[in-house]
Amino acid sequence: MDEPRIGVFVCHCGINIAAYVNVPELVEYAKGLPNVVHAERNLFTCSEEGISAIKRGIKEYNLNRVLVASCTPRTHEPLFRAACEDAGLNKYLFEFVNIRDQCSWVHMREPERATEKAKDLVRMGVAKARLLEPLEEIEVKVAPSALVIGGGVVGMEAALNLARQGFDIHLVEKEPELGGTLRSVYKLFPTNQEATKLIKLFVEQIEKHPKIKTYLSSKVKEVTGFIGNFDVNLDGKGGASKFNVGTIVVATGADKLKPVGQYGYGKMSNVITQLELEERMKKGEPLGQNVVMVNCVGARIPERTYCSRICCMTAIKNASLIKESNPEARVWILHRDLMTYGVDFEKYQRRAMEMGVRFIRYSLESPPEVVGDGKVERIKVYHELWGKDIELPCDMLVLTTPLIAGEDNQDISKMLKVSLDEFGFFLEAHLKLRPVEFAMDGIYICGSARWPTDVAEGISQAFAAASKAAGPLRLGYVKPEAINAWIDEDKCSGCGICELLCPFQAIELQPRDDRRVSHVSEVVCKGCGTCSAACPSGAIIMHHFTNEQILAQIEALFS
Amino acid sequence: MAEFEPKIIVFACNWCTYAAADLAGTSRVQYPPNAYIVRMMCSGMINPSYVLRAFEDGADGVIVSGCHYTDCHYIDGPVKCDAMFAKLKRLVHILGLEDERLKREMISTSEGTVFARVVREFVSELKRLGPSPFSSLRNSRKEKAVA
Ligand code: FES
Repeated sequence: MDEPRIGVFVCHCGINIAAYVNVPELVEYAKGLPNVVHAERNLFTCSEEGISAIKRGIKEYNLNRVLVASCTPRTHEPLFRAACEDAGLNKYLFEFVNIRDQCSWVHMREPERATEKAKDLVRMGVAKARLLEPLEEIEVKVAPSALVIGGGVVGMEAALNLARQGFDIHLVEKEPELGGTLRSVYKLFPTNQEATKLIKLFVEQIEKHPKIKTYLSSKVKEVTGFIGNFDVNLDGKGGASKFNVGTIVVATGADKLKPVGQYGYGKMSNVITQLELEERMKKGEPLGQNVVMVNCVGARIPERTYCSRICCMTAIKNASLIKESNPEARVWILHRDLMTYGVDFEKYQRRAMEMGVRFIRYSLESPPEVVGDGKVERIKVYHELWGKDIELPCDMLVLTTPLIAGEDNQDISKMLKVSLDEFGFFLEAHLKLRPVEFAMDGIYICGSARWPTDVAEGISQAFAAASKAAGPLRLGYVKPEAINAWIDEDKCSGCGICELLCPFQAIELQPRDDRRVSHVSEVVCKGCGTCSAACPSGAIIMHHFTNEQILAQIEALFS
Repeated sequence: MAEFEPKIIVFACNWCTYAAADLAGTSRVQYPPNAYIVRMMCSGMINPSYVLRAFEDGADGVIVSGCHYTDCHYIDGPVKCDAMFAKLKRLVHILGLEDERLKREMISTSEGTVFARVVREFVSELKRLGPSPFSSLRNSRKEKAVA
């Protein structure tokens, strides 16, 4: 390899870095580091300008290593690597130094020390960059089929979309019928279309589509493999099944919170949830003259801080439907804030007010109180605008509760090795840069499994997830990261420790001349590095994380 | 004399602890600038020689951290890391370093505040302990090199 010629690009990230780390000083410092032939700063290295600065730098200074000091590799490494590739530099000759998330943002009160730390970090990065080596990625074939987990409308839309593109789809639903949560919903906002009709529309298409195989009353039991080649094991009513898919879409939806013990729910006969109300409305059961709804029951409280987003509209919809069928009925919605975002929702709410639905705001500190014995008779609430307590007659109390993370999420997350957020919903790789994608390649997420979504949003996400899942299927191959283990056969003593330790069975002892040496399957190896850490002969090199590279980083910190 | 500022190396797995450190950043949780992360793919990748080298070069403390047992991207890295750590702990003891200088943590993606707290507490603990006995060694070595 030629003598390293390193280019250092330091990002201001607007003020996110530059307000706490002295960027010009850092750039000057970088210029003095070994093998650094060019250093510059950019307002945003990830912007078009920044990216062309990298490409220009590579040409102008004949760089053979690029180092960017900015946010975090977890979000931006692919972008900078692509810039290197565009300029003809192997993408593994790129090194990332995290001076925002792990420096400027966490040392905001100590700008001088933050600057010193940033220098140390850049020095460590340069030490590693000097030793980087170009790596080649191998091509892995992708099976032209996908697994969709969850047969609600969102999952069905994803399945249909993928099937229409010509791929074989396995659609798995744990319930005995398709339709998901919507099966218990009466009508949908803001169109007031009947939910069952929508489900029917989808189910008909699913049933006649020759490319979709549906498994009802079934659960995914095991998934092994990686993008392009997932082996799936199902457990179901019709017995076990096994198949191989290229990509996976998770559309498992969410669960509903049962507000047991709140506002007399479970104890008083006329306290129900919105979903239970919808069941009654579907059957045309009487509701009484006076209906009171309480929003945010179990949501936006200290134990569950999030807003479930769809509940305000659900309450407004049900209130208007009651008024439509019985204009004499009196309906109150007791709410904290009203989340009726967007033009259609605002219009829908205004319409409800015009129809006579009454909105009263309450605060978390003084929630409404139930008055009655065995049955709710009245609701007492502090009216913020009037500044006094009022009482409302109540024949039916309807609690608006949030969607909560699905009970299977834990299991699915372990099985697929994908993350959950603090509330147990699935966590996508990045809200803005990689929406509907998991950090794990080849697995995608849509609908309320990710976060409470209404039908329209869920369907848009299904399109998004399906189109991302179709990418590798259409291409027919993927190039997994070249970060994997390599065996120096001359050093290998054939002890077999690595074979034993490898979590993916990627290593096998194979005969060579008169002895046996380890052999790594590049396709199966995921690059965890366990084998190289344990090899007593130091015969295993972890590409991109070699002992030399890591020791150089450590040494650089103290030099 | 300026107050002693310990230097800490954190070997952090890419998928959990590294992400937790990022989350501490996005949530602007403040902690002292004494810790330097060396990114690993998995805690099972941490070679004992890295930790020994860190001490040899003058680290006052080392944290070895990855996912919780069930979160590892590569199935059971944390178990392998535990085994490595147990041996390392004995070695560090034999070398005459205080046990407290080497820490094993498991910090998941969502535990940004935990990451910050661990660093904060470790810094104060190391300040109590004072510089690593090896850091003076390094200084004299450096002087020799200069001379
Ligand atoms: S990936 Fe974090 S410990 Fe294995």
